Amino acid sequence: MEREVDARGLLCPEPVLLTKQVLDTMNSGTVKVLVSHAAARENVSRLAENKGWQIEIASQGEDILLFLTK
Amino acid sequence: MNKQRWLLIAAGGVAGLLAVILVLMGNPANMGLCLACFLRDISGGLGLHRAAPVQYIRPEIIGLVLGAFIASKATGEFRAIGGSSSFTRFALAIIAMIGMLVFLGCPVRVMLRLAGGDLNAGVGLLGLVVGVAAGVWFLKSGFSLGRAVSQQKSNGYLFTAFIVVLFILLLAKPAFLFFSEQGPGSMHAPVWMALAAGLAVGVLAQRSRLCMVGGIRDFIILGEGHLLYGFVSLFVVALMGNLAVGAFHIGFAGQPVAHTDGLWNFMGMALAGWASVLLGGCPLRQLVAAAEGNTDCAVTIMGLMVGAAVSHNFGLAASADGVPLAGQVAVVLGMLVVFTIGMINLPAVAKGGVSVGKGS
Repeated sequence: MEREVDARGLLCPEPVLLTKQVLDTMNSGTVKVLVSHAAARENVSRLAENKGWQIEIASQGEDILLFLTK
Repeated sequence: MNKQRWLLIAAGGVAGLLAVILVLMGNPANMGLCLACFLRDISGGLGLHRAAPVQYIRPEIIGLVLGAFIASKATGEFRAIGGSSSFTRFALAIIAMIGMLVFLGCPVRVMLRLAGGDLNAGVGLLGLVVGVAAGVWFLKSGFSLGRAVSQQKSNGYLFTAFIVVLFILLLAKPAFLFFSEQGPGSMHAPVWMALAAGLAVGVLAQRSRLCMVGGIRDFIILGEGHLLYGFVSLFVVALMGNLAVGAFHIGFAGQPVAHTDGLWNFMGMALAGWASVLLGGCPLRQLVAAAEGNTDCAVTIMGLMVGAAVSHNFGLAASADGVPLAGQVAVVLGMLVVFTIGMINLPAVAKGGVSVGKGS
């Protein structure tokens, strides 16, 4: 299963809340999360790590793309 | 423990230590660092309010913004972004400041007052937690002020430019500025020292994302205490520092720049916490984000400064004697406004009246 979370331009904790809602419905798969700033990248990464997801980070223009897999 | 957590502990600890030192060097007691108080002083220094005891261009704020700006430029994290309900943020910031000036301090000063033995701040902290919890309910129900989008780079620099102008004004001391001759505004550490302390805290706060309100918020939402490490570290270091220099005096009565009206200490901070959560963080975090190029946060800082002017011009702010009736009324009205702003930005309303479910 692959899902996307578009959290561009949102201040914390909204990116984390949106990602959490998606992760809570999945046991495995891939989730792509788009965020606009480093604080959101760190917060989403920490959430995913705590839930046992693997994280890869790439930049996409000015935004940051996080690949979460489990 | 990972690097981010150590950074947070360092940021909180350095802020706590510098707060104790700044008091030794001349700042008012338990007010080594208080973002709300210092923005209020700047508001007064510019003549936006005429409360004679609280007028000064605080170099700590200038240093903090410059430090966060330099750190964000050095790491490539600076980005001009904005356009997320700017005027709603302005209004929320005015209300948050009214609450903080009824309590007499921002979330950072809550911890510094506690670390000085001021138990009234314990009541304020309870209020802060309840206010944050109210804000979290709205966030979990889908409250959003909407997305910010990229803006022209110059927009992001404007706030830091304003801060540089403030610094020039502080050094030049033109006659149109106001500087307190007595009261808290007249008590300050030497300019260069306060500036350096602000710079250090600004760099560390930018790198660590230190946020007092965010710590409580994330703990309630996620059961995760990451940001609380900064909060606790600030408290512990300031407490040890105060004990070491004999600045720890436990009790309710006679505390510096504080009053003993428990109900309004609680209510003021509850209002501040609630509005701050909807804004995305406490004044410290807003200052850092504004320096990073977020123009919505820059508007929020302007709202906080106008809120300070409103508080003092309309006699809403507390003093050591207590909270005026007008201030009590303003807090209750403020809660009604925050509640209304919260409700009209829930997804069911924002999408045209049809409930489309949580988060969609």
